[in-house]
Amino acid sequence: MNPDASTIAAGAPIEVDLSPVAEGQDIKVFWRGKPIYISHRTKKQIDEARAVNVASLPDPQTDEARVKAGHEQWLVVIGICTHLGCIPIAHEGNYDGFFCPCHGSQYDSSGRIRQGPAPANLPVPPYQFVSDTKIQIG
Amino acid sequence: MSGPSDYQPSNPALQWIERRLPILGLMHSSFVVYPTPRNLNYWWTFGAILSFMLGMQILTGVILAMHYTPHADLAFKSVELIVRDVNFGWLLRNMHACGASMFFFAVYVHMLRGLYYGSYKEPREVLWILGVIIYLLMMATGFMGYVLPWGQMSFWGATVITNLFSAIPYVGESIVTLLWGGYSVGNPTLNRFFSLHYLLPFLIAGVVVLHVWALHVAGQNNPDGVEPKTEKDTVPFTPHATIKDMFGVSCFLLLYAWFIFYMPNYLGDADNYIPANPGVTPPHIVPEWYYLPFYAILRSIPNKLAGVIGMFSAIIILCFLPWLDAAKTRSSKYRPLAKQFFWIFVAVCILLGYLGAQPPEGIYVIAGRVLTVCYFAYFLIVLPLLSRIETPRPVPNSISEAILSKGGKAVASVMVAIVAAGALFLGSMQDARASEGSDQPPGNKWSFSGPFGKFDRGALQRGLKVYKEVCASCHGLSFIAFRNLGDPGGPGYSVAQVAAFASDYKVKDGPNDAGDMFERPGRAADYFPSPFPNEQAARAANGGAAPPDLSLITKARSYKRGFPWFIFDFFTQYQEQGPDYVAAVLQGFEEKVPEGVTIPEGSYYNKYFPGHAIKMPKPLSDGQVTYDDGSPTTVAQYAKDVTTFLMWTAEPHMEARKRLGFQVFVFLIIFAGLMYFTKKKVWADSH
Ligand code: FES
Repeated sequence: MNPDASTIAAGAPIEVDLSPVAEGQDIKVFWRGKPIYISHRTKKQIDEARAVNVASLPDPQTDEARVKAGHEQWLVVIGICTHLGCIPIAHEGNYDGFFCPCHGSQYDSSGRIRQGPAPANLPVPPYQFVSDTKIQIG
Repeated sequence: MSGPSDYQPSNPALQWIERRLPILGLMHSSFVVYPTPRNLNYWWTFGAILSFMLGMQILTGVILAMHYTPHADLAFKSVELIVRDVNFGWLLRNMHACGASMFFFAVYVHMLRGLYYGSYKEPREVLWILGVIIYLLMMATGFMGYVLPWGQMSFWGATVITNLFSAIPYVGESIVTLLWGGYSVGNPTLNRFFSLHYLLPFLIAGVVVLHVWALHVAGQNNPDGVEPKTEKDTVPFTPHATIKDMFGVSCFLLLYAWFIFYMPNYLGDADNYIPANPGVTPPHIVPEWYYLPFYAILRSIPNKLAGVIGMFSAIIILCFLPWLDAAKTRSSKYRPLAKQFFWIFVAVCILLGYLGAQPPEGIYVIAGRVLTVCYFAYFLIVLPLLSRIETPRPVPNSISEAILSKGGKAVASVMVAIVAAGALFLGSMQDARASEGSDQPPGNKWSFSGPFGKFDRGALQRGLKVYKEVCASCHGLSFIAFRNLGDPGGPGYSVAQVAAFASDYKVKDGPNDAGDMFERPGRAADYFPSPFPNEQAARAANGGAAPPDLSLITKARSYKRGFPWFIFDFFTQYQEQGPDYVAAVLQGFEEKVPEGVTIPEGSYYNKYFPGHAIKMPKPLSDGQVTYDDGSPTTVAQYAKDVTTFLMWTAEPHMEARKRLGFQVFVFLIIFAGLMYFTKKKVWADSH
């Protein structure tokens, strides 16, 4: 009952052009049927994400570990709440990040869980920059 | 099922069969001469009710499956087509959907009865555990069935519930992928759920056979909890229990029919009339009502794994009940303390159910935690403790003795029920909307409300005109064909009028012999064309918000009624939240934005739209559409007419539903009465 061949084939990597995404905006693309949030973070959001004491987080991870060096303004995360799988809303909640409407989990501008029942940070999908304005997810 | 039978059929052909397969003897000894305790009350008829419901669900389900398409792109539409086009499809669907709720309602009564009268105690432990297994299978079946219509709640319910398994350490993620057959809930998930939803009821039926078998080995428990000792303590199953069960079932059918014919959507969620959209989570995900207590337990534990464990153990704990409660006295009738705690437990379950439907914030979370503790405390602390410290009242020596000393207790409980129902009914009579002045849509007088409601033909025709001249430029009506305009119970056009109406439209057809698509005038069988070729185009042309299709809008929109209104609504049959909301939004545009509200660029202020910022500009203004029948051409009248029309598009067979409902009610009431008097006669010398 595991995914069949065509489902796996349709899950191949995709390329996304980032040039139309202005600072402070984000887009949602679908990969493997999952929504992926790509946010162009503002300076303020980056600073906030880096200012927290990592050890105090429920799922400790530095912001540096969640973005690609040299492309700090881009946050790419799978937009599926790690609690029970709802889609969090971007730019909501108390941490300038994401807010899950289902059971009230809140994520910060690095996609890390800060409050609520979700146990883990929003996962970062495998991706790399193929050029300065284009990434490949998968 | 109780030992070899000495039953001998008189017909030689049957004798021939009986010698080779003693099935008639089995039936005879299990359901005819089988001795049942004389003192059973009506709570014992729920066993028969449940068997009846299982049969009903299988029967309607098999027919529905003949018309249903399990595909992510087609499932939603195929369900709508069942309701609209299949002969009595609306009836089948209502029976199946409401049937699930009724099935669970009956199973909860049945379980609580077992709990109250100690039916799980020695020697009925296996009987009880088989029952818990049936209940678990029912929950799985019900959940998968809810996914099949592939609406928003189906999809997101499936996502949330399957994700429960991701809480299992190490293997969780792989289990979830295995359940989905993909990387998220999608078409493979729907397909396998359909397959399993078809399979599980037959497994349930199999376990029910075991359940009944175990019951017939141990014998039925009874309200006094003493085993039958002599002949005098029992009566033969047929006719005594049979006729009593028939009366119980027919009363239950009255309740069932109330939902089928008058409140089919009362127990459902408006969001499930919106097709599944993997990109948008509805703001408030709730499971079906019968899972709510467990959902509340899940949410009140602030840790994912612990929450999932808590939820499942809330059910599994029932299996251990026979050993948690070691009291010798079975029936709570003779256990003064256990009786009180039982009712507290029932209240805890109902409150948990209420909390499960509330948003997980503030006071609700705290109350949820307290009640979760109470729930488990009942099983883990109260019951074991009571069996040590409680002194039960003396139990009668035999069933006949218990019957002789019976007082007027039953009368008292009937009185309580009548007073409670009366109070609710009185409350519902004064339909004054308590929340005047807030953003609740104001109530309207609709011609189609109530048990005898009918659509106002004039309003339907005027509403169609408004739709065609105003709404149709942005909103589709994709489930309605032109032919529907001539259907009975609709706007009432003749065949010729329908053809003329259809030919005004250009419909894309093809490919022709040359392989090209071409346009031709519409025919009666064509559907209303959509104003945009696809959702993206609709989104792009409207500033990012796609105008929703209007076929189902009056059923897909609602607003929160809240406690206690939703209880009154059951009695008043109020189910016009959707139309009230649609009419209110159409009239809720205001030029002046009230202070403290900011409306983003490109949006408009609407008093009744959730969040107040609506992308649709004010669609109606006075005099915009001309009416030939002299009705006032005001926004209020337009809104009313078009809403009536949209109520018809959402529920084209509503008049047939209510008409048939009345006939069914007359029949059921007479039938139940006959059953009651037959039962009285049969039992005349057994009491
Ligand atoms: S799914 Fe997001 S908080 Fe539960």
